[in-house]
Amino acid sequence: MNPSKWFKFYIAIFLVFLYAPALLLPVFAFNDSSIVAFPLKGFTFNWFKVLWETEALHASAKNSLIIALSTAVIATTLGTLAARASARYKFPGQKGVMGFIMIPLVLPEIIVGVSLLVVILQLGFDLSLWSIVLGHVLICTPFCVAILSSAFLNLDQSLEEASFDLGQTKFATFWLVTMPLVLPGIVSSMLISFTISLDEFIIAFFLAGTEPTLPVYIWGQLRFPQKLPSLMALGTVLLVLSMTLLATAEYFRRRSARKTGIEDAGGFL
Amino acid sequence: MTTFAKWRRSDAAQGLLLVSPTFIYALLLLAAPLAMVIALSFWTQDYLDLDKTLTLKNYVEAWSEPIYQTLMARSLKLSALVTALTIALAFPVAYYVSFYVPQKRKPLWIFMITIPFWTSYLMRIFLWKVILGYNGVINGSLLGIGVIEQPLSFILYNQNAVVLTLAHAWVPFAILPIFVALEKIDRSLLEAAEDLGDGPLRRFIRVTLPLAMPGVVAATVIVFIPTIGDYVTPRLVGGPNGLMISNMIELQFKKANNAPLGAALALSAMFLVSVISLVFVWMNRKYLVGQK
Repeated sequence: MNPSKWFKFYIAIFLVFLYAPALLLPVFAFNDSSIVAFPLKGFTFNWFKVLWETEALHASAKNSLIIALSTAVIATTLGTLAARASARYKFPGQKGVMGFIMIPLVLPEIIVGVSLLVVILQLGFDLSLWSIVLGHVLICTPFCVAILSSAFLNLDQSLEEASFDLGQTKFATFWLVTMPLVLPGIVSSMLISFTISLDEFIIAFFLAGTEPTLPVYIWGQLRFPQKLPSLMALGTVLLVLSMTLLATAEYFRRRSARKTGIEDAGGFL
Repeated sequence: MTTFAKWRRSDAAQGLLLVSPTFIYALLLLAAPLAMVIALSFWTQDYLDLDKTLTLKNYVEAWSEPIYQTLMARSLKLSALVTALTIALAFPVAYYVSFYVPQKRKPLWIFMITIPFWTSYLMRIFLWKVILGYNGVINGSLLGIGVIEQPLSFILYNQNAVVLTLAHAWVPFAILPIFVALEKIDRSLLEAAEDLGDGPLRRFIRVTLPLAMPGVVAATVIVFIPTIGDYVTPRLVGGPNGLMISNMIELQFKKANNAPLGAALALSAMFLVSVISLVFVWMNRKYLVGQK
């Protein structure tokens, strides 16, 4: 089968369309002009220097890192438990339980944000960084389950049985045998949930109290035209960071697939 | 050993025990809050207090006020357009990766296609504003090569811009399920169709497309339902006539301080997209037979 020229042409156009915003971001970040528009002026590092000098930005970056790190750890722990349970055991209501855990994947994020906001306010709690973590864990867990399920499903059960036969306890077996085999999957799951949380805006906007996350900070600044070039620089930094995290996650996911010995079907889902 | 102790060591018990933290988390933070929102939608806001007498007032307002009707109808229309455009853009790409990319390079392609979905959500939307704007990339280049004499103004701050930007955001998510469905197709079926005299087009319509439908249906649901909840895209690129129901929901919960009405609007929107999705799945049920 040989794709016609038109087909290849379409794929090329599609890739340009897909990557156009990501490619323009660095272009404007290094552009020596206070207006984000063509034609380009000169080359400058100035906008990155502005980032370095903006205190409010550093506070929100710190908030985002705390949230993303907490989310990654909690969501991956919850994902590991669920993925292990569904891969290793058959239990009543399995399909329903797993389906319910995966629901946030197709739920509009505004619904998640709104419903958590209502509950937190009704129970009389204040909005804090933790309210955002609660929401982010909810939307990240399905992704963790999806990544970890394949890691656990392809685990050779006889390895664990051998460990039991050799007298190891359940805990020691998990720690010494199971864990090292699924570790790449766990790392991949943590990196993915970290990236999702770092970039998430819709839920964070509803649940942010007085301490904004990075995307909430960016949203506040988008109104001010004079802030736009430095936002482009910030966007570039975040873009490079996310891409690095995702590439690392993909590397570990593939290693996990290789370790457990399956054909790699590709993709996180 | 008692029956309970025996049950405690069974597969079922261990599985349930292991899954329970995650399940309980989802129950507490998804099911319970949703129940709360449902309750809230039947209450009324009385300045700073909530009047907890049950009433349908919010729903009557949400379904009868022209402004909400307009926003709801527009949101459904735009979400449907976004879904259609997304599938149209995604299908050829999924087909190309599944049928023409060598097996070894497929994971890399899928990775490259999904990357934009995970990165800088806000900046991505904002950059569409830069691309489509009056002094934007498209107008700049079209003026530059002399195709147009005046910048085009119909490409930003309207519904077209919303549809295009949302389609761009969701297309990677639509490619995945279609790709998976195409990968599952037994290639010998295609050869059989060819041997029996079908040309490429007939083979595609009679064999490939029906077998890919489960992926198309999944992609439709995955894109259509969440799209209704985006309030950032309409706000940034939609202009006054491009606002959607989510902007109104956000307004009610935040500035307008009428959470019960916001809840009724959100639940109504959820209800409508769910019903439409279910009808769509039901219409395509013949393609889904034999699927898990």
